[in-house]
Amino acid sequence: MVSALEDNNHIALTPQQKKAQRSRSVAIAVALALFVVVIFIVTIVKMGPAIMNRPF
Amino acid sequence: MSLAEKASYDASTYRVSEAQAGDYIALLKPRVMSLVVFTALVGLVSAQASVNPFIALFSIVAIAVGAGASGSLNMWYDADIDAVMTRTTSRPVPSGRVLPNQALSFGLILSGLSVMTLGLVANWLAASLLAFTIFFYGFIYTIWLKRRTPQNIVIGGAAGAFPPIVGWAAVTGDIGFYSVIQFLIIFLWTPPHFWALALFKSNDYERAGVPMMPNVVGEASTKRQIFAYSITVAIAGVLPTVFGYAGYAYGIFAGALSVGFLWYAWGVLQMPESDRSMKPAKALFGYSILYLFAIFSAIMVDSVLAGFGYSW
Repeated sequence: MVSALEDNNHIALTPQQKKAQRSRSVAIAVALALFVVVIFIVTIVKMGPAIMNRPF
Repeated sequence: MSLAEKASYDASTYRVSEAQAGDYIALLKPRVMSLVVFTALVGLVSAQASVNPFIALFSIVAIAVGAGASGSLNMWYDADIDAVMTRTTSRPVPSGRVLPNQALSFGLILSGLSVMTLGLVANWLAASLLAFTIFFYGFIYTIWLKRRTPQNIVIGGAAGAFPPIVGWAAVTGDIGFYSVIQFLIIFLWTPPHFWALALFKSNDYERAGVPMMPNVVGEASTKRQIFAYSITVAIAGVLPTVFGYAGYAYGIFAGALSVGFLWYAWGVLQMPESDRSMKPAKALFGYSILYLFAIFSAIMVDSVLAGFGYSW
């Protein structure tokens, strides 16, 4: 909120805003981690059983 | 410009968000999403294609996120309508927990991510169909039709009917006729379902200025149209057996459910104008939800059994 502005040009978040921000940050972290897992598994599946059968 | 100068601006533009993660989940319309997941899964299973279970699972997840994205776009555009309807007034945007631009950004980002993911996981036909579904719901229905014509949910119903086709396309790479029949069932089911709701929520729609059928042509005409569409739903419900995609057991089950649908629609047709409690309309609305879940459950069971070589 605008009332949260302080003289030193920093925004001081209210406890409720901090709690909401943390909740959103955790959700984004979880979603990102799941997305990475999905892409990893799909990559393995698309490569198929011949994944290790490559010339060195 | 210092932050202190910004303080003179509109507080709603620069305020720090207090939206919880749950508010963003609410933007995805989880209940609509569950229906989309279910019907897309049925489309996917009934295709009886040999597919890696991870590919199938992630395809369904991508379709679900795409459906959620279109829900978020809908809540962005319809915030003014949602604010005056009792059913929707507590949604994140009208209640002020999420700003309209945040809902728009969330919807657009998830749309792009879901379509790209489905394209990479499954194929680009399925991804294109998902993109078209989001476009259809977000723009054709929400922005163009909803506020302009009482045929809004007739045409817009196509958006809700696409998931079985997308699910089918995700595992086969094509559009099967069986998935088109499933599309047809949902498409024809949508008008009687929403018009039953519109009958007993007509005051809400009137206040919001949404031209639903009862508000535009009156209750008598709406009841007749509900019954007419119910006949087409009843016929569509048994088409899987008629075209040989499902067994006779499904046909008998779907036929019985369809007779029930007609029975409830007949109750609405006979409902006197003086009946303001509108119990028959509420009963049809409730039964229509049960009907769709039962029909699609039966299609799934029939397809799974057929996959194991059992067909009745």
